[in-house]
Amino acid sequence: MAASSERSPPPFPDSEEPELLEDSDEGADAFTGTSISEMDSPSPDSTRPPKDIFNEPLEDIFSDPLSNVNSEPQKKVDTKIPSPSSDEAVDLFSDPLDDDSEVISSPEVQNPMPDLLNEPVQAPKSDLLSEPPVSSVKKAASAELFGDEDEEDLFKEPPKVVTKKPQPSGPPVDVFTEVKSDVKVKPQVKDDPTDLFAEEALTAPAPKPSASSSSSRTNGVHSDEHDLFSEATVELSLDSPRNDRKKKDAVKPSVSAPAAPVASSSSKAPSKTLEELEEEESEDTFDLNISVTNPEKVGDGMNAYMAYKVSTQTSLTMFHSKTFTVRRRFSDFLGLYEKLSEKHLQNGYIVPPPPEKSILGMTKVKVGKEDPSSAEFVERRRAALERYLQRVVSHPSLLQDPDVREFLEKEELPRAVSTQALSGAGFLKMLNKATDAVSKMTIKMNEQDVWFDEKIQDVENEEQHMRKLHVMVESLVNHRKELSGNTAVFAKSVAMLGSSEDNTALSRALSQLAEVEDRIEQLHQEQAANDFFTFSELLADYIRLLGAVKGCFDQRMKAWQRWQDAENMLQKKREVEAKLLWANKPDKLQQAKDEIAEWEAKVTQYEREFERISATVRKEVIRFDKEKARDFKRQIIKYLESLLNSQQQLIKYWEAFLPEAKAIA
Amino acid sequence: DIPDALCERDKVKFTVHTKTTLSSFQKPEYSVQRQHEDFIWLHDTIVETEEYAGLIIPPAPPKPDFEGPREKMHKLGEGESSMTKEEYAKMKQELEAEYLAVFKKTVQVHEVFLQRLSSHPMFRKDRNFQIFLEYDQDLTVRRKNAKEMFGGFFKNMVKSADEVLISGVKEVDEFFEQEKNFLLDYSSKIKDATAKAEKMTRSHKNVADDYNHISGALNNIAADNNTAFKKHLEKCAEVFEKLRKVEDRMASDQELKLTELLRYYTRDIQAAKDLLYRRARALADYENSNKALDKARLKGKDVAQAEENQKQCLQKFDKLSESGKKELTSFKARRVVAFRKNLIEMTELEIKHAKNSVSLLQGSIEVLKSN
Repeated sequence: MAASSERSPPPFPDSEEPELLEDSDEGADAFTGTSISEMDSPSPDSTRPPKDIFNEPLEDIFSDPLSNVNSEPQKKVDTKIPSPSSDEAVDLFSDPLDDDSEVISSPEVQNPMPDLLNEPVQAPKSDLLSEPPVSSVKKAASAELFGDEDEEDLFKEPPKVVTKKPQPSGPPVDVFTEVKSDVKVKPQVKDDPTDLFAEEALTAPAPKPSASSSSSRTNGVHSDEHDLFSEATVELSLDSPRNDRKKKDAVKPSVSAPAAPVASSSSKAPSKTLEELEEEESEDTFDLNISVTNPEKVGDGMNAYMAYKVSTQTSLTMFHSKTFTVRRRFSDFLGLYEKLSEKHLQNGYIVPPPPEKSILGMTKVKVGKEDPSSAEFVERRRAALERYLQRVVSHPSLLQDPDVREFLEKEELPRAVSTQALSGAGFLKMLNKATDAVSKMTIKMNEQDVWFDEKIQDVENEEQHMRKLHVMVESLVNHRKELSGNTAVFAKSVAMLGSSEDNTALSRALSQLAEVEDRIEQLHQEQAANDFFTFSELLADYIRLLGAVKGCFDQRMKAWQRWQDAENMLQKKREVEAKLLWANKPDKLQQAKDEIAEWEAKVTQYEREFERISATVRKEVIRFDKEKARDFKRQIIKYLESLLNSQQQLIKYWEAFLPEAKAIA
Repeated sequence: DIPDALCERDKVKFTVHTKTTLSSFQKPEYSVQRQHEDFIWLHDTIVETEEYAGLIIPPAPPKPDFEGPREKMHKLGEGESSMTKEEYAKMKQELEAEYLAVFKKTVQVHEVFLQRLSSHPMFRKDRNFQIFLEYDQDLTVRRKNAKEMFGGFFKNMVKSADEVLISGVKEVDEFFEQEKNFLLDYSSKIKDATAKAEKMTRSHKNVADDYNHISGALNNIAADNNTAFKKHLEKCAEVFEKLRKVEDRMASDQELKLTELLRYYTRDIQAAKDLLYRRARALADYENSNKALDKARLKGKDVAQAEENQKQCLQKFDKLSESGKKELTSFKARRVVAFRKNLIEMTELEIKHAKNSVSLLQGSIEVLKSN
């Protein structure tokens, strides 16, 4: 515990959005404030509005997807309890859960346990604080459950979750439902969802109101905390790759809430399982600093290549030391991507793509001319590689990949072979891509899922618009460079004019003007670089990333195709069986039956795979959207700040010039 | 004496308001409509008037150039169907801004021309100038026909050839010698500077236009988005939109204050050079007449006439030299004053615009951060 509490501070100061902290502060404060009045007048109407006001903005910012994700499990639970017979709903939601736990699979089976371990820790305390309202029966029940026996229960349950359908897995569900039964979570989930889950929310609306209305009044004060915990717990149970983030969110608001110590302690339960590690790490994604520096040319002629220093600074325990540095060449980065995409793309993960190979740019560098364009090329690539690595490690499940760690830590890497643009492997890759494209065209998937249907369309549109915007920004960069060049020429010209001016004061002023223009030229140049690096490159990155997102969609489509093929095959086998039956050939009948069984199994397997990949892709896309919003916001602010800075400089320059102009007599 | 100008319709018509206290005018106030060609006519008549040879004749205003906006207008009309509504609106905005800038500039140069004339003690009393200001009907100046155009071109050729010829004539006055060198040097440099400044402002305008396009593209992205992200994008688009305005104004003010100044003085220096040319011409004439007088004396024929001629030439030359000296000195003073005024104004405008964008950026950064 001690060790973990040591680790606890980082997330707060490190959290890159301090304003979020403030926000949540406010929300929580205001909330506790209103909750008092709520006690006096328990009408739910008066309590909800403030909630909305304070919580929505908070979630709006970046936890939208988060709450949605949460809502998923919540719904699962809800539908189960009141009406276990509502098959449709259960099926819909229980499967993903099932899948999820499968995804967790062997190495992480123990995960749920530590999570649940934490949970009791936090739960009882929160209950203490909530001065248990008796009206909600489940709550009371669960409060009792929070004893040791409960813990044991929980320990027993997880394996079940993995293996069985949701109904038997009652106890853990119960724990969750208790948390979830406060209305506050739900209305939000319904209100602010970004439409994404709206449809789903609709499937299980009936049971909610009853449960919620009863508890809403009673646990008004503490519902906030519950909220937070529910988030935390739900995520954990879900083992979503995003729980780190959620957890953080959960932790942060709770800081302001009265149950601060509870929350923090809960977040760092002493366990050292992979799962926990993962949380910690991504919690501290900001604690894992990767920088790519010192591009250096190695070798001569066409065999020359650029080597980059990859320095990592981290407090994560999964690494052997806190800081380490390796040298990597560009093809190593590409190799890493190859490895990662091979492993993870088929599961529906968005693997951040590395910068493209540029034969032209590299040849220039290789030829070794020290002109500014090749220096710019190298710098541009360096920055792109840095961003690429940062994106990789900020993905919680990619960070877990041994290849990533190897890439960051290991002294020597086996040379990546298949990354050369003109190699046989490259040719094969191209061939694969072509066949993929063809098959993509032939697959006509009738999209069942409205969410995906919309999202695919959105991504397509977004990519187009991004491209357009990128072109615009590129032209801005070019024009600004042009402006800079023209300013320089003008400055020279003015200097000449000043030298031939016979009025001394005016001559002086003109040469001053020339100097000012010179400085402005510098300014424009810097700004052009800023335009490029903070804005244009961001867009280029996201165009690439959107491509990766589309790749995920394609993977999902492929999975669907597999499923459909199997389905068709099964159909055929059945027909064969029917024919055999008709023809009365019992000897072959057995074989046909076996085949049917085999294909039936395959169908279910593929269907499950498809569902799993759908769930992963969905999660990934939500995560991607969130990251994107954050990234854009940060970059845009940075960009505007650079603009601001250059304008301030401009003011300075001109203000310095003003007296000179006035001195002309 | 405040000529004020307004424009109407496509054919640029300047409404010239005159307020005067001069007794030579019949009324203290006039308001007449003039076209660009009328200005040119006025300029040409003044140039052709012999008695103004010793003066720097204010350069005629350049022909109003609405090509840029017109071209854009054309593009706008062409692409109307293919563009989205927003893009169309953006284009229109750009067009309007540019049109306004060009218009402002055109009016200004014409105004300056009249002001120059009216502030000069000699030109003020010019008959044609007064007619120009007073006559309340259309002047219906006869436009130059092709022959005259060609004649003008020919005259220019002769003049430049002549300039080369008489450059061999030895200068008698150090002041003019110096002045000539200075002006030659200065004019080439200012021409250069003008061209560069033009380029600079043009690329500045391009940057502003890019801002506009970026804003449009951002809006497009925002339109498809329905998350919190949308708000950021919209805000950002708004920022760019506003930045465009500021940047655009910065560019056009720079153009108006700096480029126009340089451009005007390029022309003014040309006028001063013309004055020097006329003087040099007179000097050459005088020397020729001297030679003729010598010849006549040798031959003992037509001496009186040659003497008369020589005296006249000398007189003319002296007069030109005297008034030229005065003009050039005042020109210098005027130039310095004009540079000072424009530079100060430009600097102040630059500061103002930069401050505007600073506060704009600061505000939006805060909004984005707190959002």
